[in-house]
This record gives sequence, C-alpha cells and structure tokens, in this order.
Amino acid sequence: MANHLFIPLVSPLLGATLAVIFGRQRLVARAMVLASVLCNLGYSLWLLWLVGTQGRQVSQGGGWIAPFGISMVADGLGAIMLCVASVLMLATVAYSFFTLDPAYERYFYYPLLLLLLLGVSGAFLTGDIFNLYVWFEVLLMASFGLITLGGTRGQLEGGLKYMVLNLVGSTAFLIACGLLYGVVGTLNMAHIAERMASVREPGILTAVACMFLFAYGSKAAIVPLYFWLPTSYHTPPVAVTAIFSGLLTKVGAYSLYRVFGTVMQNELQHLAPLLLLIAGLTMVIGVLGAMAQMNVRRILSFHIVSQIGYTIMGLGLASAAGLAAGLLFTAHVMIVKAALFFIGGAAEQIYGTAEIKPMGGLARREPALAIFWFLGILSLAGIPPLSGFFGKLALLQVGVGQGAYLISAVAAGTSILTFFSMLKIWNEVFWKKAYADMSKLPRVGPGLLLPGAALVVVSLVAGLAASTLVDYSTLAGTQLFDQAGYIGAVCGADGCEAVYESALR
Amino acid sequence: MVLLLAIAIGSLFGGAIYLMLRRSVVKLILGLVLLSHGVNLLIFVMGDGVRRGAPPIVDAQGLPPPGVADPLVQALILTAIVISFGLTAFVLALAYRANQAVGTDDLDDMASTDRL
Amino acid sequence: MYDSVILRTVARLMLPILLLLSVFMLLRGHNLPGGGFIGGLVASCGVILQMVAFGPSFARRVMPVNYLALAAFGVCFAAFWGLPALFSGLPYMTAFWIEPSIPGVGKIGTPVLFDVGVYFTVVGVTTQLALLLAEEPVLFPMPPEPPGAEPEGAPQA
Repeated sequence: MANHLFIPLVSPLLGATLAVIFGRQRLVARAMVLASVLCNLGYSLWLLWLVGTQGRQVSQGGGWIAPFGISMVADGLGAIMLCVASVLMLATVAYSFFTLDPAYERYFYYPLLLLLLLGVSGAFLTGDIFNLYVWFEVLLMASFGLITLGGTRGQLEGGLKYMVLNLVGSTAFLIACGLLYGVVGTLNMAHIAERMASVREPGILTAVACMFLFAYGSKAAIVPLYFWLPTSYHTPPVAVTAIFSGLLTKVGAYSLYRVFGTVMQNELQHLAPLLLLIAGLTMVIGVLGAMAQMNVRRILSFHIVSQIGYTIMGLGLASAAGLAAGLLFTAHVMIVKAALFFIGGAAEQIYGTAEIKPMGGLARREPALAIFWFLGILSLAGIPPLSGFFGKLALLQVGVGQGAYLISAVAAGTSILTFFSMLKIWNEVFWKKAYADMSKLPRVGPGLLLPGAALVVVSLVAGLAASTLVDYSTLAGTQLFDQAGYIGAVCGADGCEAVYESALR
Repeated sequence: MVLLLAIAIGSLFGGAIYLMLRRSVVKLILGLVLLSHGVNLLIFVMGDGVRRGAPPIVDAQGLPPPGVADPLVQALILTAIVISFGLTAFVLALAYRANQAVGTDDLDDMASTDRL
Repeated sequence: MYDSVILRTVARLMLPILLLLSVFMLLRGHNLPGGGFIGGLVASCGVILQMVAFGPSFARRVMPVNYLALAAFGVCFAAFWGLPALFSGLPYMTAFWIEPSIPGVGKIGTPVLFDVGVYFTVVGVTTQLALLLAEEPVLFPMPPEPPGAEPEGAPQA
C-alpha cells in the first residue's frame, strides 16, 4: 500500500486553508503557498522515480478495500501529469509573486491557486470515476474564482460563458457517471473495466462513452466544443491564463486518456475514427483561428485548441504506442505553452496591451526575452533539439506506422501553420522596428523573465534527454493500455469481482 | 414508477434546455438548476431497480435484506446537490455582478470578449 | 422591512436552541441521522434566522465570527485528523477510535473530529454566503440609496 499518495492532496489543502487563515500576514501566506507547492513538486519527482522503477502505486482511502472504497492509483500517466502540474504551479506562483497586483492577494488568489493544484492532483491520482467528478468540480470552482477575480467587464462576461459551458460539461459527466453506475453497478475504475465485458447490452456503453467524450471534450476544448476557451482565456491576469492553459484543458485530456485508454477500451476501438476526425478538425480549426488573431494572448489561446488536437490524435490511434506518443506531446505542450504565455505576458506588461500591432522592436531592447520566446516557438513548432520535436515525431511515427496517413499529414501541415502563426508574433512584437520611442517603456525585471525562461530551459533539457523521456512515456502508455495490470494493481491478482463476491459472502 | 421518473427526468431536461437557449442570463441559470435536478433524479433511478444486482448489503445468510435501497446513489446525489448548490450560488453572484458591469440581462450584449 | 415582532421574538429564542440542537446533531451523527453537515446547516440556520429577522449587520454582531476563516479552519481541522493514520502507516483518513464509549456522547474517534471540521466548514460557508448575498450593497458597490429610505433594521438589543 502506497499511502504516501495522499501527500499531494493533503499538502495543498492544508496550505490553502492556512493561507486563508493567515491571509492578513502576506509573508506567512506566501510562505505557506510556496512550501506546499515545493512539497508537491518534490513528492511528484520522487513518485515519478518510484513508478518508473516499481510500477503502479495504489492506496485505498480510509482503508476500505478496493471495489468498495475510493482507490488512489498512480501509474506512469498520473505521475508525469502530476509532475508537470507541480512544475507549472511553481512557475506560476513565482510569476505571481513578482507581477500581481497586491489587491489580488487580499481576495485569496493564492489559496485559489492551491485549490486548483489540489483538484488537478486529485484528478490525476484517483481511481474512482465519481471521485474524478468531485476533483473536477474542485478545480473548476477554483478556476471560476481565478478567472473572475478582478471583476473587470471582460472577465465577468468571459467568466460567465466559461462557467456556463463548463457546468454543462460537468452535468454531462455526472449523467455519464450515473448511467455507468446503472449499467455496471460500480464506480471503481478497475471494477468498471472488469465488468465491461459482461454487460448484456453493449449498445448502452457506446452511449455512455459518447457522454464521456462530450463531457471531457468540452473541458479539453475539442472541436466543436471549444468556444468557451478563446472568449475567456485572454481576460484574467497573465499568470492565471498561463496556469489555465497548462492545466485545465489537459485535465480533460487526461480523463479521456484514463477513461478510454484503461476503462473503456472496447469503446475506444469503436470511437477511434471519430476521435481522429475530431483531432484533425481541432488541429486545423485551432491553428486557423490563431492565424486570424492579432492579440498575443488570443493567438496563444487558439493554439491551445490546436494542440489539444495532437493529444486527441494520440488517443484516436487507439494503441499503447499512440497513447504514449500523445502523452509525451501533452507533457511537452503543457510546459511550453505556459512558458509562451509568461513571455508574452512580459511583453504585454512592457507595452500595456496584448495587441501586437502597436508593439515592436523588443528584440533589440530585451534580447533575453526574445531569445527565450524564439526557443519557445521553435519548441512548439517542433524543431529538433527541443522537446516539441520528439513529441510530434513520436505521434507521426505511430500514425504512419498504423497507416493513419491522412491524420499524420494533417498533423505535419498544422505544425508548419503553427510555426507560421507564431512567427507573426515574433515579427510584430520582437523583430519589426518600434513605432514609438521605446526608452520610456519599463524594463523587464528578472521576476517577469525567469519563470518563462526556466520553463523553456525545461523544454530544452527535456529535448536533450529525449531518450529517457520517450522510454518513460512508452512505459506510461503501456501501463495505461494494460487493463489487466491495472485491475490487478488495484484489486489484487484475482480481480475486483472476486473481492466483491468474497465480501458479500 | 421508473416510467414516471423517466418522464419527469425527460421533462426536466427539456425544460432546462429550453431555458438555457433563451437569451436572458437569469433564465440560463434557472436552466442550469433544472438540469442539475434532472441529473440527480437520473442517478436516483439508476440505483433503484434498473440497475442489475442488488446493493452490497447482506444479512447473516449472505442475502440482501428486503426493502433496502441502494445507499450509494443517495450519497452520490447528496454530493451532487452540495456541489450544484455552491456553483449556483457562485453563478448567481457572478450574474448579478455582470449585470451591474454590463447593465443588461441579455447574453447577446455580453459579447465584448468575442470580437476579434 | 425587518419588523415582524413575532419573527424577532422567535428568532431571538431560537438562536441558542438551534445552536444546541446543531451540536446534538453533530454528536449523534455517526450512526444515526445527523452529522457534521446537518449540524452545520442547523447552526447556520440559527444565524440566518437572525439575518432575516434583524438584518445582516445584526447577525454579524450577535455572532462576531469571521466565517471565512471559520470555514478555512474547519477544512484544515478535518484534513488534519486524517493525518494520524497517514503517519502510522495506514491510508489517509483511516479511523481511530477510543474504546470505552462516553455515556451520552458515544464513541470518540478521528471520524468524530473530522465531522467537527465539516461542521465548522458548513457553518462558515453557508452563513458567509447568505450574509454576503444579503449585504449586497457592501459586496457590490451600488449608487447610494435615496434619502428618506428606510435604514436597515436597527435592532433594539
């Protein structure tokens, strides 16, 4: 029993509550937040190593045995996502320390960030489908608070749309949970996976699977459910947009991987063509949307949509290798996307606007910022020494290997368009001559530069250490697709049904 | 009974969708509330008789005692009710605040973040 | 607006009764209907009744509690009592019980303390929600009221 799996949940929970109680003493509250994020980061790195060497880690909440209680399961997928989430949260907290209006701290900005981390960590570690819903709601509530904190008109309008569409998605999730419980009579993911085969009317499972696809798809912003994202993501402060871009849509993608990759594998085979269609449309529509925009954050927001397409492509390939490749890409894009938001946010702070037309000449004035931005877009587009190359390469290799030529061609074409659209920002913001006198504009301090730069360096290092990462993601993909292994790890070698029967006797 | 509940669920969903397609924010929120009621009822039905097997409660003979309902769905519904209560309170406050900032209840006038 | 004599008299009488009832509900909740959630709702009903009868500012004065901090404390307290199990090598939230049952209260263990945390959280959150929504001019700055408007129900203590 790996009871330490509860540490990443307890630490942000205690940190958030203590930060609320000590909200008056700013330094104490900040120290609490930093300590709990660092605790999560250290733990998730250790968990990554532990899962890599010893396989899945399982713990049963409250000591209730597996199909009855709530199981916590860490496999390769969960460990990687947990680790990336902690890294992003550390960068966000550091960025917020330097850039955020102090008024935000009085309205519990940091506790909300920690609640977001709590919800995300819980979602990555839980092995119970209804518990996953609860963690979704935890992180959604935190995100509702974060997106409307500040109360400008744009935030309220964008927040309302974000909230309503996410609530509809959550409701669909709840419907799917209820239907699934009605069909298989259990909520433990391992037990559901075991009972899938013995369902008398498999048709209803397809309906449930489509419900899950709608629910998670609306969180992950796939086409045609992405509308809430570009209309709300550019309204809150940069730090909030960055952490949202890194975490929120990816939790939806993670849940798709978990539910279709492990629990409902038969349905994954049925839905694979649909998923590939969605993936292609998401990539193309996202990147076309980005090309039409003239605002740094809106361009990046549309790119989030486009990149979700690659993640869904990994799922749609419906194999362990496809899932591994999609996972590698997702982990990369979480880091790079947040880095680009941070650096774009620094440019936004200098000029006081996120529109790219009035900007210019930043490369001469802030060469460090320009270098890291350029490395970031190279990574996003997938140029060799950086992490993006290996993610896309793995996806294309698997795609071509499985004969999915069309989606592979679309993916390759989209990455060219991605690079083109990011170059637009490069040309307008960094390269072209400045319109106005730049000497009056503020300089970039280390607090604005470092978090984004650190994340770009992480991407660079990840690219250089690609063989380790590819090995790890292959392990994670294999673990994810290995249904029998998952059931055995959660319920013991005989499976959940045996435990269930013996408990009833 | 199941048929009756199914009709009720269907009506709740239908009413909710109708309300959510209106342009008024308040009706939109009422639609969300109705939707969550419909889902709660759906979960309730799922635990009641449609579900295969019986609740994992057994007496000394290893048989489910008669007249015992599935307690799990009630726990699920309670959780869902608490969550939707909190979210409804938040979305009401948000709609109120948005109404102050924008000065209208019409969703079509809340499009300033949609423009290119 | 808040001027019903009957409501005010009853509300004043009900506050201690409801608070007592809430503690009773909290303690009997482990095996019988009740528990921290129900108890917390009963207690916050007591405060909300004051708010309905006398107005939110009186409700704040009669129970001078920082409800947000109370809710945070409750979550912290509830989470804390899962920790002993974690430190003794058991899964988080595994229950520990003190064996001899205390007459009139029942068995005491970490789940009861967890429930106490839930109680504080529910009291804090529901009361704060109700008070904030009732104090809307404070929460959401509005144009000043026209002169001559009835001032908020000033209670005679």
